[in-house]
Amino acid sequence: MNIYVCAKQVPDTETKIELADGKTVDESAVKKWIVNPYDEYAVEEAVQLKEKLGDDAQVIVVCLGPEKAAEAIRTTLAMGADRALHIVCDEYLDHHLIATALAGAIKNDGEYSVIFMGKQAIDDDSYQVHLRLAHLLGASGVTSVIDFEYGPEAVQVAREIDEGAQEKIELRLPVVLAVTRGINTPRYPPLPSIMKAKKKEIKKLTPADVGISEITNNEEIVGLALPTEKAAGKVVEGEAAETVPELVNFLSNEAKVL
Amino acid sequence: MSSLGVYIELKEGKVKKTNLELLTLVHQNGQSATAIMFADDAGGYVEELGAYGVEQIIQITGLEGPNSYPEVRSGQLAEIIKEQGLSDFIGTHSAHGKDLLPRVAARLGAPLATDCIGVDFEQGVATKPMYAGKVIAQVKLTGRHRLYTMRPNTITPEKAAAGTTPKIKTVAATAGTPLSQIKEIVKGVAGRIDLTEAQIIVSGGRGMKDKENFKLLEEMADCLGAAVGASRAVGQTGKTVNPVLYIACGISGAIQHFAGMKTSKVIVAINKDPEAPIFKKADFGIVGDLFKVLPVLTEELKKVMKGD
Repeated sequence: MNIYVCAKQVPDTETKIELADGKTVDESAVKKWIVNPYDEYAVEEAVQLKEKLGDDAQVIVVCLGPEKAAEAIRTTLAMGADRALHIVCDEYLDHHLIATALAGAIKNDGEYSVIFMGKQAIDDDSYQVHLRLAHLLGASGVTSVIDFEYGPEAVQVAREIDEGAQEKIELRLPVVLAVTRGINTPRYPPLPSIMKAKKKEIKKLTPADVGISEITNNEEIVGLALPTEKAAGKVVEGEAAETVPELVNFLSNEAKVL
Repeated sequence: MSSLGVYIELKEGKVKKTNLELLTLVHQNGQSATAIMFADDAGGYVEELGAYGVEQIIQITGLEGPNSYPEVRSGQLAEIIKEQGLSDFIGTHSAHGKDLLPRVAARLGAPLATDCIGVDFEQGVATKPMYAGKVIAQVKLTGRHRLYTMRPNTITPEKAAAGTTPKIKTVAATAGTPLSQIKEIVKGVAGRIDLTEAQIIVSGGRGMKDKENFKLLEEMADCLGAAVGASRAVGQTGKTVNPVLYIACGISGAIQHFAGMKTSKVIVAINKDPEAPIFKKADFGIVGDLFKVLPVLTEELKKVMKGD
């Protein structure tokens, strides 16, 4: 059985983002690139499923991104994925095209039943490729998955919804599962796994290989700006009997938020 | 006829406040909306939606209730968007909206901008945070249909200058093929307000020390009608909140936490460490012992909220 995981390379969470111009992030200023944290949960969940199902199962990572994304792919292979498909693309693709590329790569590769990915990438925070992918693959789809149980025809999941509530859902295979924090604790690969990962296959693909002959984006970033910092506020110190009325006065008369 | 559709999300039979925010955005853009909802009898909503300038209500019957069969629902919405020739379609970036609109966009092959904090419908340009709010992007959408989800609490609901009496059009849901089945909905803590859509959030961090001490926050939250959060729940899980007032208690202000709450209109920090980074971001800070400040604050707030 093929278990697919879609993973993206993103700037580390602690990165201070700088702009190259009014439309693009200065990638040369990014010191550290990582596997999107939500995708790491996806890789872990896929590897755990493989471990449960035994040797017939293999985990295949699908990654869309420039050449340097290969580093992130190696990390996922060290975590226990068996091989990877790397759609090498430097150009901006909108979410419809990203999903189209991922779907094309998976369809060309083989039979698919379970596809994991993160609920969002922490760079563009878009929350949508998973459900687009599900549609393009004719699969069921679910987001914010925090619990997963495999079955040969259907899977059982718990997904987070508003107000701390959860939905327990049964979904038919094939299924795209967008996972969130809390589903597992991703492993740190030991050195032998890292060494072994270097020998695993990364198959490079072009956009044309996965069905994108022409790039026509319907979403385009036309401006980027860093948010303006707020002016420093007031800080008071002293006995609660003095500071609290000052705060309440601020809230009701100055900020007018009560 | 308007070519702008607004997805109305009902909660326990009521129009959610976040939907009024969407309708406000539409009339502030000088446009009028077609409100689309899953309801068997939308008659009761005519007055409220009309006050916000809605021109037409499309009720999709036969699928009222929790978000079961999102594959079927998204198909219905995509059909209506096509058939009505809606150029723009907007919903809330709630758990439900996040689940539904990408599916609709996929069916239409249409662009979607999520978690927007502003939309210019004429230009098709959405403003949205990226990199956990470290960057604000302008995204231009093109094509026959353009979709958006809007971050809750971004806009203050305001009625339209001229009210309307929208006509109701009924579309009976046609059977699709459900791929999923909700087996159970497990509720969170009863009676608590959801963080994502809360107007006021009282949030506790490490300085609260013990879970037991969250009772102090709950008491204050109850008198303010606020939601209670934990610093762990904001930012680190990718959860962003956007309240009018955010009261951070015993939170030092880690970068991820700040990313999750920075768009709060007013930030109040209470922390005993004067060097805590949160004070740099706060509109008002009290350096002091939480366990002394909180009870006094709750008492004072009770007086104000009662109108004394």
